[in-house]
Amino acid sequence: MSDIIDPKSVDRPNSYIGRSVPRPNAKTLVEGQGRYVDDIVLPRMVHVAFLRSPHAHAKILAIDATAALLSPGVLRVFTGADLSPHCEPWVATLAHLKGMKSAPQHPLPLERATWVGEALAAVVADSRAAAEDAVAHVRVDYEPLPAVVDMEGALLATTPVIHAELGDNLCFQRVNEAGQVEAAFAQAHKIVEATFYSGRHTGLTIEPRSILVDFNRASGRLTVYHSTQAPHMMQGVFAKHMRLSEGDVRVICGDVGGSYGIKVHVYPDEVAVAVIAKLMGRPVKFIADRLESFASDIHARDHRIRARMAVDAAGRITAIDVDDLTGIGPYSVYPRTSAVEANQVVNLVGGPYDFANLRARTTVVFQNKTPTCQYRAVGHPIATAVTEGLVDLAAEAVGLDPVDFRRRNLMKDGSYPRASPAGMKFEGLSHEASLAKLVSMMDYPALRSEQQRLRQQGIYRGIGIASFIELTNPSPFMYGVGGARISAQDGCSVRIDPDGSVVAASGVTEQGQGTEAILRQIVAEAVGVAIANVRVITGDTLITPYGGGTWACRGAGIGGEAALRAGLALKQAALQVAGAMLQTGGDALDLVDGQIVERRSGLARMPLAELARIVYFRGDTLPPDLPRELMQTRHFSTKEYPFAFTNGVQACWLEVDVDTGAVRLLKHWCVEDCGRVINPLLVDDQVRGGIVQGLGGALFEHCIYSPEGQLLVGSMADYLVPMAAEMPDIEVGHVETPTKESLLGAKGAGEAGTAGAPAAAMNAINDALRPFAVKVFAQPFTPERILAALGKVPTRWPEPAQSAFRTTSPAKTGAAGAAGHHSRLFRRT
Amino acid sequence: MSTAVDICLTINGERVSRRVEARRHLVDFLRLDLGFMGTRTGCEHGMCGACTVRVNGKIVRGCLLLAATLDGADVETIEGVSQSGEMRDLQDAFIARNACQCGYCTPGMLLTAADLLSVNPRPTRAQIREHLSGNYCRCTGYHAIIDAVEATAARRNAEPGP
Repeated sequence: MSDIIDPKSVDRPNSYIGRSVPRPNAKTLVEGQGRYVDDIVLPRMVHVAFLRSPHAHAKILAIDATAALLSPGVLRVFTGADLSPHCEPWVATLAHLKGMKSAPQHPLPLERATWVGEALAAVVADSRAAAEDAVAHVRVDYEPLPAVVDMEGALLATTPVIHAELGDNLCFQRVNEAGQVEAAFAQAHKIVEATFYSGRHTGLTIEPRSILVDFNRASGRLTVYHSTQAPHMMQGVFAKHMRLSEGDVRVICGDVGGSYGIKVHVYPDEVAVAVIAKLMGRPVKFIADRLESFASDIHARDHRIRARMAVDAAGRITAIDVDDLTGIGPYSVYPRTSAVEANQVVNLVGGPYDFANLRARTTVVFQNKTPTCQYRAVGHPIATAVTEGLVDLAAEAVGLDPVDFRRRNLMKDGSYPRASPAGMKFEGLSHEASLAKLVSMMDYPALRSEQQRLRQQGIYRGIGIASFIELTNPSPFMYGVGGARISAQDGCSVRIDPDGSVVAASGVTEQGQGTEAILRQIVAEAVGVAIANVRVITGDTLITPYGGGTWACRGAGIGGEAALRAGLALKQAALQVAGAMLQTGGDALDLVDGQIVERRSGLARMPLAELARIVYFRGDTLPPDLPRELMQTRHFSTKEYPFAFTNGVQACWLEVDVDTGAVRLLKHWCVEDCGRVINPLLVDDQVRGGIVQGLGGALFEHCIYSPEGQLLVGSMADYLVPMAAEMPDIEVGHVETPTKESLLGAKGAGEAGTAGAPAAAMNAINDALRPFAVKVFAQPFTPERILAALGKVPTRWPEPAQSAFRTTSPAKTGAAGAAGHHSRLFRRT
Repeated sequence: MSTAVDICLTINGERVSRRVEARRHLVDFLRLDLGFMGTRTGCEHGMCGACTVRVNGKIVRGCLLLAATLDGADVETIEGVSQSGEMRDLQDAFIARNACQCGYCTPGMLLTAADLLSVNPRPTRAQIREHLSGNYCRCTGYHAIIDAVEATAARRNAEPGP
């Protein structure tokens, strides 16, 4: 491995990797000078507002725009029929998800509305306000159809089929099975089981979805200013479906006001904007408002999981059996598909633990609600909550402390490389070291004593632990093998300009994580220049190397590695020129802090700027055959492992008010191992931000629907998000197990917080409620649900029987599985 | 449909006269009519705080205030306070502590934090959290923001008084 990334070298010049360097973009952002899509104003720009479906499912009999077209400022009104001749529909399936099906989707639907909030018609006007005024005058005749709302009933023979051509409402089904599951349960010392619910969430980016599309009829070129995570993917999508060549589509992505997975999908209304811009030959802008964000941004995590775990008398996990059901809305979302979240659940469940027998089944069904798709930590929070919930139940069933139970069952630190029963391959993880560090950071024994002491005073506090794994640095096995044009490879071009400054252009993108900051650090260190002399360009398909963008925690691990290799190659190229100029071997020289120096003595020989000046302006003075390539490009994708898994563990310390059901978060800890940490300042706040996003799902966030399929949350007063006053301070620690697949050794860190936080919060609440022998497993854990579990208020529709859980002892009675003796059964309804 | 109203007010220290539609809220007035893009809309329901600006010295939600009511008012935005340098130390603390990620909430967050420090120079972490509790940030988890405000207060208190 290159000494360039030895973290012990932090005191030498240019050693930026491992340092907390502030972000170069921050200064513009704190002065309000960022440039988001809505800040861009183009000549002759017009605005779109959409008429959105008030019905969960309805036939569109007629759309009459006569009155709308008379509204002041209105230019055009488009329906699905107007746009469909100019846009190929898409079907979001992946070939490697066997048997997956979905229906063709158009920018605006042709015949039916299939969820509340689906865009049905587009009004174009000279201002957004004028467009909205006119939307109210578009007359639509609907024939309401029966809606599929409850995912539990989606596959019943009596339930209407949303897309008749698909035959049923089943999108995808998979069973991931290893070992002898039934035998393990039959021989178990204890079986614990519970049903978990993960409430439907949405990402709630504070900058709504935003797109501005311009079409130049003369050149035939489409320019898209887009708030997106994946500009190259979107370039391909617009080209393919609008029948343009990829070279004629340019996607520009400036500042993005939060993404978290929300902005990596193809939204039909955004494609409609592009088609309208092409038809009108002028710039067209669409900025979603908050209500339409709730109804049309992807939702996620709407899962019900029946789960059980078998343990032996020594307190070891012997088997896990989960049955997951998820409702994804009426269409799988293009092009990543809406089956990946469920697929991740069955791949990740049980992930941190050493056990042999697993059965993980998932069923993905269509329904008439907002489509769901990948959202920060895709599937991880669900798999982790189920696994860690079972682990705490099992620890209690065998009389072990939750930390002791985990120590007994976590994969051993020295046991890698290895695979999980779900088939995930792990190159190197650090569950034991991470747990040890967490226990020490939080002073676990002292916290337990405090908990006991306060319980005597009628104060109910709980500690929740959650170990987790996180999938990062995805290879083509994530999407490419399934046929999606989503790059797993990323490139970086690094060049030296005549003044000796360095410019790096990368295919990964920035949405606030600090992508550009870490690329700058890596390039500065690799080339050997001061960080202030490096400028990073991302987010423009015309000028950056092709790449996948930023998602699934790949910015640092994939984009960073490409930058490192390009920077090292550029340094070699510069030293070759320097060797010729100084009449010495390039090997005898080094590039440090923008100076060509003698490698041995460190003696400065020439500024890099002087070398660049000669190359660009006085190349005549150099040997004719000397290569002088002061720009180098390298690409990287992972090859040995489908994914670089990371791991970590979180702890949550909270108080439950058993009279009001309110949960007060007191403190949160996380130890995570993302391999090489490039910038601790940025990594720690990625983890913290992720944790708070996970806590939001655990405690507040819920896209609630009526039985008719009406979305009941339309503002931030209905859909509660974590605000500063409710959130705790969060301590973050690290264990570093670099991946050997790259020189840099970096894995992803952006989703670890979200992956583990809901499980830690759930376990902490249940730990606090332990004296009352009740538990909650349905997120969000609202005061009402906690009071219902305590028997203090009745459970309302559509509440699940959330507190149902049980422990059985089949080995003791000689009976197996469901026939086992129920030693305990708590059920409050 | 709408009635136009003539207003004359001060924006970031400069006089501005405009005819505005009665329904134009302050954020649209600042962004669409005057080009001050540092004030952002996040919800237009008065809940996210991204549009926080200062009117006559007090922080307000720009999306809940109609421009037509602001004749004679003194409005300050992130552009104005950045130019005057009055919260440079707070902005520097946000940069140093990585208290802004995507940056969309940041102007509103800074104006709200500065408001707290102007009335309570020695806030506890809980008081900082309470004062900022109307400003939504999805990226940071708030911890870094609280740190940055706390550090700014500490630094100001360490400096000799006027």
